[in-house]
Amino acid sequence: MTALDTAFAASGVLAVVGGLLAVTTRHVVHAALWLVVALLGVAGSLLVLGAELVALVLVLVYVGAVVVLVLFALMLTRAPIGPDLAHAVGPWRAVGAGLLGLATAGLLASVLVPLADGSVSRAEISTDQVAEQLFGTWVWPFELLSLLLLAALVGALTVARRPDPGGTAS
Amino acid sequence: MTLLEASLRAVAALAAFLVLPLLVGQAEHKVMAHMQGRLGPMYAGGFHGWAQLVADGVKFLQKEDITPRAADRWVFRLAPAVALVPYLVALALVPVHPGLAAVDVPGSVVLVLAATSVGALGTLMAGWSSANKYSLIGGLRAAAQLVSYELPIVLAVASVALAGGSLSLLGLADAWSPWWLLWQLPGGLVFLVAAVAELQRPPFDMPIADAELVMGAWTEYTGLRFAFFLLAEYAGIVVMSLLFAVLWLGGWHGPFEDALGWLWTAVKGFGVALVVIWVRVAWPRLREDQLQRLAWLWLVPLALLQLVLTGAGVVMGW
Repeated sequence: MTALDTAFAASGVLAVVGGLLAVTTRHVVHAALWLVVALLGVAGSLLVLGAELVALVLVLVYVGAVVVLVLFALMLTRAPIGPDLAHAVGPWRAVGAGLLGLATAGLLASVLVPLADGSVSRAEISTDQVAEQLFGTWVWPFELLSLLLLAALVGALTVARRPDPGGTAS
Repeated sequence: MTLLEASLRAVAALAAFLVLPLLVGQAEHKVMAHMQGRLGPMYAGGFHGWAQLVADGVKFLQKEDITPRAADRWVFRLAPAVALVPYLVALALVPVHPGLAAVDVPGSVVLVLAATSVGALGTLMAGWSSANKYSLIGGLRAAAQLVSYELPIVLAVASVALAGGSLSLLGLADAWSPWWLLWQLPGGLVFLVAAVAELQRPPFDMPIADAELVMGAWTEYTGLRFAFFLLAEYAGIVVMSLLFAVLWLGGWHGPFEDALGWLWTAVKGFGVALVVIWVRVAWPRLREDQLQRLAWLWLVPLALLQLVLTGAGVVMGW
């Protein structure tokens, strides 16, 4: 095991443990905070693999903005301190979710484990390469995706500003 | 890089992290005292009240460390560290001298932005876990403010990165030329305003607002943990000031930069920090709606305009 292998394994364990705790904890805000740990683990793995820009943007956008937004929404609506038992699910749904999670993990493992014999080498990907791919080869899908997000944004605004049927709203 | 050099760099970054925020804090005491005719900070220790900061430190050390019974223990205790540590990471990346930063990574600009955005989580954790409605409202306001002002900061920095053709702070400081003072001026102003807002300093201190929210997210904190939040605020001033000095004012560029580069960085950074302090004294607090309006109707469009201007400049080869 090289130092990189160790670092990758540590980040991976961090991501998996953070993810598991995020879905199993009974505290809503804790789930959001464990999500931060999981995201940092994923970012660490990407960093070890040489995809520096993707890792940093993951932290900037997901930890810095998306999780902050999630916490904002939680605090605005319902964020009790202590376990939230109102949303506890029955044993059958828990078992079903566990089985589904295991099945997905098994599927991923069956694809990824055969690659772990060292046949995949670490690729140092520079920002220039990412930019060239993104704004050269993939520029149309990229723009299409932006358009989709814009449409979602406009849609959300329309839904939020819908006047009430009584006609009393401004 | 040998082990010795790596540890030397780490110790240097840590020393800067421990000393510079105190220096800015001391400067704030004195500058505010002079500007507002305050006598309090001019008393302790005799000459010019030099011992005020020491006295504050001793006071914080002596206070009992209280965790409210209804609070979420772990999150409450972890919050100051989450607020503080990212600024240490950010400070270590700032270039101080031609070709010299404590840590030099290819994407250091993005890393600085990512680190400072993680620091915001500390305020949110503190606001939620205190089990106090003032704290919760403070946390809410902080979240709304930080999300709004994150965008102008990233856009303004992206403009400089575009102009310099690099994502490394060292590369950008190297590429800086005096022409940027004019070319990148709108983006620089956007960054300065948004940085003060990101630090939740007056006039953007709605989330803290001691007169109405009793310090917001920090209400329940005492002693050292409260001091850590204060330290995070001043470390934030240091990081943002140095970042502005490096990206917009050219960092080490100046006469005799081969020998005195570090001095120019320090002088410029300290000058910006003084402006941040000055702004606190000079303007009243913005209301929440004014604050959001400023971010979305002024700063974001201005930053986008700057990005277009920079793009045009790069393509035309200005």
